[in-house]
Amino acid sequence: MTLRTEAHTPPVSEVRRFGPAQRWVHRTTAALMGVCVVTAAFLYIPQFAELVGRRELVVRVHECAGLALPVPLLVGLVSRWFRADLGHLNRFGPHDRIWLRAALRRDKRRSSRPAAKFNAGQKIYAAWIAGATLVMLGTGLIMWFTHLTPLMWRTSATFVHDWLALTIGIVLAGHIGMAIGDPEARNGLRTGRVSREWAEREHPLWRP
Amino acid sequence: MNSEQPEGPGKPQPPSDRGTPVGRRVLLGTIGLGALGVVTAPALQRALEGFLGAAAGKDPTGLTGLLPNGGGFRYYSVASSVPHKNATNYRLTVDGLVDRPKTYTLDDLRALPQTRLVKDVQCVTGWRVPGTPFEGVRLSRLLDAAGVRSTAGAVRFTCFDGTYTESLTLDQARRADVLVALRMQDKNIGHDHGGPVRLYVAPMYFYKSAKWLSGITVTEDVKPGYWEDRGYDVDAWVGHSNGRDDDPTN
Repeated sequence: MTLRTEAHTPPVSEVRRFGPAQRWVHRTTAALMGVCVVTAAFLYIPQFAELVGRRELVVRVHECAGLALPVPLLVGLVSRWFRADLGHLNRFGPHDRIWLRAALRRDKRRSSRPAAKFNAGQKIYAAWIAGATLVMLGTGLIMWFTHLTPLMWRTSATFVHDWLALTIGIVLAGHIGMAIGDPEARNGLRTGRVSREWAEREHPLWRP
Repeated sequence: MNSEQPEGPGKPQPPSDRGTPVGRRVLLGTIGLGALGVVTAPALQRALEGFLGAAAGKDPTGLTGLLPNGGGFRYYSVASSVPHKNATNYRLTVDGLVDRPKTYTLDDLRALPQTRLVKDVQCVTGWRVPGTPFEGVRLSRLLDAAGVRSTAGAVRFTCFDGTYTESLTLDQARRADVLVALRMQDKNIGHDHGGPVRLYVAPMYFYKSAKWLSGITVTEDVKPGYWEDRGYDVDAWVGHSNGRDDDPTN
């Protein structure tokens, strides 16, 4: 009786991408942002507003979620792993310039999209959404505490809040769409681990 | 514990080359643009209103209506659901400090002399609908018919959504541009716009124009209404209240 050794399939080699700090900051921020977007739709889009009514309650939930939005990130700062990732997101190297140029030319070849732990698109997105969130927070506070700010400010703040909300909605849809298109990236944020093969393909300059 | 660390053993990996802090610049730039937006908002808003108002007129999809300042009315309700009323079950009561309390049906109201006003509608949250026709019975006519007593000083309005309330001083209520409105934009007022009968207080912010009007009670003093309990001005003259300087609505 000869037993043929089964074709040896090595366990898929995995690398650590995110620790608990990064994963929980992302998770809670995403949940709060989701609440903001859904309640905003209830307040803003007439068909949804008719469906829900209860305007005062919806406003209160929207305000609380908005106020809480920066909290997960601030709490996450106690983790040096999270701070290190913020550093990766902040710093741009020569390869990021190459990546951005390729993105502008719609050049999708891997070789023209060099990336370290985060690619240049992810870095720009992270910085922009952080800034936009703070602008939403500031204008939201002006609209909320109407008697603290001078004449005119509230109308102006409402204007910026409305248009930036629309912009964030579109950008966020792009962010979620790209995540849907890349299961391994989502896996990274869910479990903290990604396959080595994926890491070398998508983030060739990253040394995990 | 090392296995819990996201980047293998040892210390967190320092950014391989320090690189330029572009992220910080993008973040600060976004905040700066936001602040600039607030400062230049009045001019931007005027330009956009003109452009979007024109575009909305030619837009068969109605999508421009969803854009900020896209024109048109927005639906605000403070109640979770609002019953529908029609000619058979709608009633408007006039009571309080009056000699002859009375209940009107929709047909009763339609039989009274109607007044038509065409003015802008201005919401306290910023949107404005220019040149909107409202038609209905002058509130002063209903008050006169009921015989307001000399001790009265104010009028309180209640609504069949069961939640909303509003109020005016007697002098404000007697103005010729305050209607118990039955028609808006030359159509009977639909449910979503507060039909079949809503209040229309032309010179004030639109939250004074209570939707789904079902009760008019003459009282001694003004009692703040629903939004006024939540910080809005009771005397809501357009352009002179709520910290706003909108143009008058005439």
